[in-house]
Amino acid sequence: MESLSTKEKTSKDCNGDSVFENVVRAPDVPVYAVMVAYSKDPSPVKLNLGIGVYRTEDGKPHVLNVVRRVEKLLLDDVSATKEYLPITGMAEFNKLSAQLVFGADSPAIKENRVTTVQCLAGCGSLRTGADFLAKHYHQHTVYLSQPTYGNHPNFFLAAGLTLKTYRYYDPITRGLDFQGMLDDLGSAPSGAIVLFQVCSHNPTGVDPTLHQWEQIRQLVRSKGLLPFFDNAYQGIVSGSLDMDVQSVRMFVTDGGECLVAHSYSKIMGLYGERVGALSIVCKTADVASRVESQLKLVIRPIYSNPPIHGAAIVTAILKDREMFDEWTVELKAMINRIIHLRQQLLDALRDRGTPGDWSHITKQVGMYTFSGLNAEQVAFMAEEYHIYMSSDGRINMAGLSAKTVPYLADAIHSAVTRNV
Amino acid sequence: MDSSSVFANIVRAPEDAILGVTVAYNKDSSPDKLNLGVGAYRTEEGKPLVLKVVRRAEQMLVNDNSRVKEYLPIVGLADFNKLSAKLIFGADSPAIQENRVTTVQCLSGTGSLRVGAEFLARHYHQLTIYIPNPTWGNHTKIFGLAGLSVKAYRYYDPATRGLDFQGLLEDLGAAPSGSIVLLHACAHNPTGVDPTIEQWEQIRQLMRSKGLLPFFDSAYQGFASGNLDADAGSVRMFVADGGECLAAQSYAKNMGLYGERVGALSIVCKTADVASRVESQLKLVIRPMYSNPPIHGASIVATILKDRDMYNEWTVELKAMADRIISMRQQLFDSLSARGTPGDWSHIIKQIGMFTFTGLNTKQVAFMTKEYHIYMTSDGRISMAGLSSRTVPHLTEAIHAAVTRVD
Repeated sequence: MESLSTKEKTSKDCNGDSVFENVVRAPDVPVYAVMVAYSKDPSPVKLNLGIGVYRTEDGKPHVLNVVRRVEKLLLDDVSATKEYLPITGMAEFNKLSAQLVFGADSPAIKENRVTTVQCLAGCGSLRTGADFLAKHYHQHTVYLSQPTYGNHPNFFLAAGLTLKTYRYYDPITRGLDFQGMLDDLGSAPSGAIVLFQVCSHNPTGVDPTLHQWEQIRQLVRSKGLLPFFDNAYQGIVSGSLDMDVQSVRMFVTDGGECLVAHSYSKIMGLYGERVGALSIVCKTADVASRVESQLKLVIRPIYSNPPIHGAAIVTAILKDREMFDEWTVELKAMINRIIHLRQQLLDALRDRGTPGDWSHITKQVGMYTFSGLNAEQVAFMAEEYHIYMSSDGRINMAGLSAKTVPYLADAIHSAVTRNV
Repeated sequence: MDSSSVFANIVRAPEDAILGVTVAYNKDSSPDKLNLGVGAYRTEEGKPLVLKVVRRAEQMLVNDNSRVKEYLPIVGLADFNKLSAKLIFGADSPAIQENRVTTVQCLSGTGSLRVGAEFLARHYHQLTIYIPNPTWGNHTKIFGLAGLSVKAYRYYDPATRGLDFQGLLEDLGAAPSGSIVLLHACAHNPTGVDPTIEQWEQIRQLMRSKGLLPFFDSAYQGFASGNLDADAGSVRMFVADGGECLAAQSYAKNMGLYGERVGALSIVCKTADVASRVESQLKLVIRPMYSNPPIHGASIVATILKDRDMYNEWTVELKAMADRIISMRQQLFDSLSARGTPGDWSHIIKQIGMFTFTGLNTKQVAFMTKEYHIYMTSDGRISMAGLSSRTVPHLTEAIHAAVTRVD
């Protein structure tokens, strides 16, 4: 029998449509759509303020000097291998990360009541925590701030949890709707999970004061709500690593339980290396140990064990006094640049007599300014001025420079004063 | 702050069956201990190996001050994806040339399997996956948690210590049309038993006639025979017929990148438009898992695959690893024969890849661990990569003792 030609063989064996014929094209994630629009824009004056990453004064991506130093040192270590990490990740990395967040002298750490597992940056830590809670916690409702980081709902939904929101941002004051927040948390069912951002709230830049945090803590504890902290900007608000996590530490000092998702993406500029950790603070060491054993069962069928490289960098920096100090100096420099830009932008708007109260620009903290611009104004600024930001009006201050502040101020002025 | 923990009722989970072996091994203080558990390559000196070409690639990357650490796209490093597809499907694959393949960077083999499974659970009409009996311990959990129903097809024949081909054909033949079928591309884990090319062709015909969807797990390309193209033969057969399939690729073993978690999921589709739509949906699976994959390992792979010299250097080092394992097989077989250990041990040299399915039962395995400090998974699977000329005698003694003293 003559052999069939490839084409004949093909049609003989594989008739029919694709089994994925009905797969619908998924829309691009909004924040990526902004990036795509920016990169397609040929204008020489275009400005990308929609990103969630730090940029230098020259608008360039920034790898910290101490990180480059460490990477070279790691290479020189011929004893380093690429063996699988344990499911829970690099032990030293986990210890140092817990110390960074909770404080080296934290009783919770000393009493072995904290389990910390290396995860894939903040996102992976949130998802792992969500999966764990979906499996082992009795209450499946998660309260998210209104608004919150765009990807937050996705982690919890993917884990099968139910979402609710609590009031957070007040568009009138461009500050915290504290009463609304307390009311909503106060009417949450006992035991509900509440996601808090430790500091540098994304997207609003509005953080509760310490006094407000204390009230929140009391309410949370009285209702047995379970706090889940997203800690992605430790050090980026004030430049002080300890100051910025006081909210979390308050909740640990009272002896209660909580979860913390910790990310090194922004604070060490390690974005694409995906380095983070999930900590669960428990009542007893025995519980923490059992919890850790169950976290392994969550992680193993997703990706088995986490990547070495980023964790090795973090560990080297955190455990060496000199490198740790060098890191904090570089971190401070990044923060100071952002703080100056906030002042420059506010001054520029005042100089132009732009209508409205723009004081929130310097009141808000961290990387972002929730400008208060509406979607139409945002679209106008993209079209006429080639300035890109997310449609909720969130601006990444790190995308600015002394040179470009005047241009942004012009654009805002235009957007706000034009006839609609 | 009265009240007990909200996690008070959490039960302590048992150690992972495979990774737990290393945990137990680490706790053992005996100087004679031998870890034949996890599938990680060891040199003749019993040391982990970082490939020279990997170190070279890392040097290049780290010393390039123009490199940054920005987030990768959700689907990962574009270069890496393109090169990975070429590696497994062949550079001249029509499927690639016709843009019918979508490839996304994932976290090694595990991550690629999980992303593929989640995608199928959402978008495929038949939510049953058939996995070989036995298979890698983590497969069942990965597919189950993704929402697929897991069934088994006969694969290993303990009597012959080879393939139960008839059983395989019967079970796949009885599977509902459209079912997903997990296939180990080569070097089946844990048995080391692979179909011949002729058998693969029969499997292919059967599967295509029943519209069964192939999902390949390719974790040992290059490790089975030492030849990257030969080891991808099964996958390429299924792509050459113009049909669709999924393939999970891992660089853990063949580039020794274990802990850097580098892998890729490819989905070969009927048309470029379908592949594009599929890719857009894969992003929606990945984003709520971890947003985007890690840079470092993928950059190493891309650096090596795209440079002619480095690629060749890699194939030489890969072949050396594969050859050492093949030589360990021969040494162990010869040693058992010389010892006069009862039984037919020829499967040691017939089986392929990193592992030997010894045929030892759980009691014998436990005995070997207790008395001889030899660690393996309880199904009797040993990693040949963990052996050396120096340790073959110790293992031989242990097997001999187990077989003659323990039922």
